[in-house]
Amino acid sequence: MQFASSIIRNDNMHKYILRRVLLLIPIILGVSLLVFVMTDSAEGNVLQLIGDDYTPQQMAELMHEYGYDRSVLYRYGNYMKGLVRGNLGKSFIYKRPVLELYLQRLPATLKLAGASILVAIVLSIPLGIKAARSHGTLIDNGSMVLALLGLSMPNYWLGLMLAVLFSQKLHWFPSGGNLAGWKSLVLPAITLGTGLMATMTRTTRSSMLDVIRQDYLRTARAKGVPEKVVIRKHGLRNALIPIITIIGTELGKALGGAVVTENVFSYPGVGRLIIEAVNQRDTITVTGCLIMTAVLVAVIQLFVDILYAVVDPRLRAQYTTGRRKRGKKQQITTQGAVV
Amino acid sequence: MNGTKQQNDIVLSIKDLTVHYEVDGEVVEAVNNLSLDLREGKVLGLVGETGAGKTTTALSILNLIPFPPGKIKSGEILLNGKNILAMNIAELERVRGKDVAMIFQDPMTSLNPVLTVVDQVMESILIHETSSKVEARERAIQMLETVGIAAERADEYPHQFSGGMKQRVVIAIALACNSRLLLADEPTTALDVTIQAQVLDLMLKLKEQFNTSMIFITHDLGVVAQVCDEVAVMYAGRIVERGTLEDVFNHTKHPYTEGLFNSLPSIEDRTARLRPIPGLMPDPTQLPLGCTFAPRCSYATEACINTRQTEIGFSESHFALCSRYAEKNFVIDRKEID
Repeated sequence: MQFASSIIRNDNMHKYILRRVLLLIPIILGVSLLVFVMTDSAEGNVLQLIGDDYTPQQMAELMHEYGYDRSVLYRYGNYMKGLVRGNLGKSFIYKRPVLELYLQRLPATLKLAGASILVAIVLSIPLGIKAARSHGTLIDNGSMVLALLGLSMPNYWLGLMLAVLFSQKLHWFPSGGNLAGWKSLVLPAITLGTGLMATMTRTTRSSMLDVIRQDYLRTARAKGVPEKVVIRKHGLRNALIPIITIIGTELGKALGGAVVTENVFSYPGVGRLIIEAVNQRDTITVTGCLIMTAVLVAVIQLFVDILYAVVDPRLRAQYTTGRRKRGKKQQITTQGAVV
Repeated sequence: MNGTKQQNDIVLSIKDLTVHYEVDGEVVEAVNNLSLDLREGKVLGLVGETGAGKTTTALSILNLIPFPPGKIKSGEILLNGKNILAMNIAELERVRGKDVAMIFQDPMTSLNPVLTVVDQVMESILIHETSSKVEARERAIQMLETVGIAAERADEYPHQFSGGMKQRVVIAIALACNSRLLLADEPTTALDVTIQAQVLDLMLKLKEQFNTSMIFITHDLGVVAQVCDEVAVMYAGRIVERGTLEDVFNHTKHPYTEGLFNSLPSIEDRTARLRPIPGLMPDPTQLPLGCTFAPRCSYATEACINTRQTEIGFSESHFALCSRYAEKNFVIDRKEID
């Protein structure tokens, strides 16, 4: 860890991180515009859905209050005005700030995502290594068939089957909610983790297969390095880049709310919040949640990129020279403009 | 008397080694019935073209033939009197890097890209000699300095070094534990000529310093003349001629060795055309029954193609695998030099 922090303390790394954080601004702008326009152009708004309870007079007032009597751009501008002040708006349905709703659901989603990724890492990396080392044997083929199976099972089906078996029949775990502590986490985590495990096992295997043929493993063996250390220290670390990429992407997906899994188990996470909001045309909640998710994903990607630099010194060099390259590029474009 | 004395200072003795690679039902006969001895402090040049089985021979000495597809079919490799091929994995790990070390051919791919060079050099010291990280690091830095890499650069990564510097790191790794036997697999082939000379000087100096025995694999006869005491010429998995440097260079016997010398440019006659050996090495999955070189040999007879060759001795040290010497007056064109 000391090693990692020394890399981040590196001056150029600082600048790199700052640049990436600033990059969040256009990302948020882009995502919010896209999401806002898309949810807005969906048929029917929340007011029409709950319209029966209001008189035409009240309805018109509400339409005015939410800006539905003006153009999309006006509403977007209004929304952005709030957003720069950290205000994601107020839910039509719950009558509470969207940010508050989101933060209330986030811990559950974090727990679920964390648990499934953790289980997937612990199981799939050793399995992938084993498969690569016994390339072409029964173990290799068997684990690849299992991985294919894991990939092809849709989460809604797997979730239901797990619920039927372990909840209805065996009564080991609850079939939904999150009132039973860690027990209510088990089935959703397995459901979400199965696909993850399959992807990660396959990635680990193919990445290790690549590394296992490298000459530097032979160099290590020729030094008398025990086989276990050859694989762990010399092999795995070189195979790690694609695995980290997968973990990052999958973690991002899971944090955006595992929509299907959370719904099968009525698990009160962000994914379920988004679905509830969509069903009730609560566009402002949907928009807010998606923007928050986009920010979270971008932050995770930043961590992934920093991890690359920690794992692979060759990539570290890229970060430190990155700024100079950018400068050169700008020079060329300005020259082009002058000509 | 003399015999026992020689027995004692023999570092490496390979007897009847046969290594095959089995791929898709085909058998590649990489090394066939190879035998050789190496005495303490001597450098044996293993010469031959690509695919002759030189690297396979060296990897066998570490018992590092990749399995599958490689397999040591038969033979004995005695290192300091102990049979490498009969060792279990724990015994092998104690020998590798300690009693026998190897300098690998391609410095670009032989170093681990995610570890600093000092880490890679000190690794074998930590395994075999000391458990103190500080001491191992100190010795590794010393070794790096010995091969001409400044201590300040010890914590850099392989991608920060040039090809020649990487080769030095590879050499430092192999020298880290002062092994009695060093296998150098074309240590200078990837380098340009000026760096090549520096690296060769360095290796010879280190050999003197530590009294190391060395197997020097190369296809460069000039390098052989510069560093080797003894020479073994390999062709299609067999040693076709072996002897002292003088035996092989000045009293060449085997037609293949002659062909190798003929394909060198001559410094006296710069306008002379090179005379390459016609044809290609035989397909190692279908080696001919008789002499493997016969199809390309200008001296070959019907008998050469169809019957197994026997090794013929010319002196106590000089042997060639060519049956035509059974005939009384057979000589090759290359003149003997006294």
